[in-house]
Amino acid sequence: MRNITSYEDLVKNFDWSIAEKELDYQKGNPINIGWYCSDRNCLKGKANKIALMWEDYNGKTKTFTFNDIRLFSNSIGTFLQQQGIQPEERVCLFMDRVPELYIGFLGVLKIGAIVQPLFSAFGPESLFTRLENAQTSAIITQKKHLSKVRKIIHDLPHLRKIFVIDSDETSLKDKEVLLEMEKLPKNENFECYPTYAESPSVLHYTSGTTGQPKGAQHVHYSIIAQYITAKYVLDLQENDIYWCNADPGWVTGTSYGIIGPWSNGVTQAVLDSGFNSQKWYEFIQKYRITVWYSAPTAIRLLMRDGTDLVKQHDLSSLRHLCSVGEPLNAEAVIWSKQAFGLEFHDTYWQTETGAIVITNFPGMPIKPGSMGKPFPGITATVLDLQTYEPITTPGKVGLIALKPGWPSQIRTYWNNEEGFQKKFKNGWYICGDRASIDSDGYFWFVGRDDDVINTGGHLVGPFEIESALLEHPAVAESAAFAKPDPVNMEVVKACIALKPGYEPSEDLKLEIMNFVRKKLSPLAMPQEIEFVTSLPKTRSGKILRRVLRAKEFNEPIGDLSTLEND
Amino acid sequence: MDEHKKLILDYVKREYLEEDDDQEVTYDTPLISGGIVDSFSMVSLKVFLEKKYNIQIPDAKATPQAFDTVNNIYKLLKEFRPDLP
Repeated sequence: MRNITSYEDLVKNFDWSIAEKELDYQKGNPINIGWYCSDRNCLKGKANKIALMWEDYNGKTKTFTFNDIRLFSNSIGTFLQQQGIQPEERVCLFMDRVPELYIGFLGVLKIGAIVQPLFSAFGPESLFTRLENAQTSAIITQKKHLSKVRKIIHDLPHLRKIFVIDSDETSLKDKEVLLEMEKLPKNENFECYPTYAESPSVLHYTSGTTGQPKGAQHVHYSIIAQYITAKYVLDLQENDIYWCNADPGWVTGTSYGIIGPWSNGVTQAVLDSGFNSQKWYEFIQKYRITVWYSAPTAIRLLMRDGTDLVKQHDLSSLRHLCSVGEPLNAEAVIWSKQAFGLEFHDTYWQTETGAIVITNFPGMPIKPGSMGKPFPGITATVLDLQTYEPITTPGKVGLIALKPGWPSQIRTYWNNEEGFQKKFKNGWYICGDRASIDSDGYFWFVGRDDDVINTGGHLVGPFEIESALLEHPAVAESAAFAKPDPVNMEVVKACIALKPGYEPSEDLKLEIMNFVRKKLSPLAMPQEIEFVTSLPKTRSGKILRRVLRAKEFNEPIGDLSTLEND
Repeated sequence: MDEHKKLILDYVKREYLEEDDDQEVTYDTPLISGGIVDSFSMVSLKVFLEKKYNIQIPDAKATPQAFDTVNNIYKLLKEFRPDLP
């Protein structure tokens, strides 16, 4: 029996207050995500229920009940308070998918501080940009990532503490403190900081076309949307074992890798491992995963390894599959039906929306390749590209737009209210993607409306890559843009003009690739580099990325009247 | 044979391990599933191999499985360079 019986009925009767009521929340009262995901489950009789089953690539395992989660997050909260961390200070989590990441997330929120999760594969420069912008006070990390922090700490005057979860005291330097979660004193009676609906909670950085990444600032009230979407879209139920592939360095990994399942009191399993089809199937088999939230890139990699490998495993526990990050192509939906006997349900949302906004619901007929329909409570449309008025003609492409006011909408970009206000036109929030709506009300994704590169479900800003490229001694100028890719949807390509004295070579290509990878992240590394003598520019000198992108996608180049060399 | 495996292993350690990462990496250590080389970084490892051994590895062959250990990578290399020991 699904949580949602009829999409139409839910739309007719839906109000966000349903979620408030189910979470026993009354307007004006304190609301704290950390408390809801741990203490509340214990009060509801789930203290001994397993909250987290964790395994790493070596097969090492750990299990935590909701009471363990409550106590350990209390301990981390107490520890942070003792170290002088105040409410609303930013505390960065910079770790692989270890238990301390999931539990620390709750601990930071419980003291009223703002949690800033960052992808542990980020290089020092990506890390620096985000910590500097957020004026982060403390970072919790692992020994293996400490060197990246040490490289930048001297330029971060606000960063007072570096907490290391797995080091030894003797090798720690100035400002570094050991934080061994399981050795901290247990605190049964921790008093959770009374945050309110509009108190800031999570700060996730996301990339745009221009400028450095922006800090999308969420509030504790976002749990209302994350709880109810996890219930109706992921269909999480009492006896489920849920697996979300996403890393909490990205919004999916927190909204649906922590808050969604735990606010529903559901057990989740975490595999701290890179991609490996066989290992993934073994994991599903071993932990009897019932609900699986994955990504198109991963699904396409699984497809490449074929259905024979699927059949070698007992995956009969699976009952519901969802996908997020980029459009799920029709072939992947059809393949998943053949391979698992179940279709992946595409879900659409982004860092700024905080929760799923357009989706294929359980039980709803799937049109393979479609994004599905708006979540009840969300008013979604596509706007005309020129007038920003809603399009009423089925199939006509426009900008995906949402009526502001849903609970998990970001409240601002950190220190960048102006950038946030630019996201609105005619009273609509503009997602930055293009789509059409068919006569049945299904949305169909077309592509980004800007130069941001969606690679493997992650958005990468061209400006950040170009800035890093310019730091390489051989690079005179560069343009980073998307190139289509059969697995990752898009990958980064860079056109580079070299400085005098440098000659194009394969060695130089590899050197530049590794330079960007180490500085920023593997996602930002150009997967292809083309050396050129000059780049297309406007007469005012702005690089026309869209010309380069259009060539890659075999699309019309458009108006070239402003081109420099015309 | 060991000379080539060592060359690959040294490159992996030099390019993909963090400075403070003291984990032992051997010819059998899982690189992709172990999180040392992610699927994006795999492209730079592929470019290194192609350049070093003057080969072209088609995308269909450059799977996470084929790149998961130094031993696997060497096995893949031998497909394109049967002259290797």
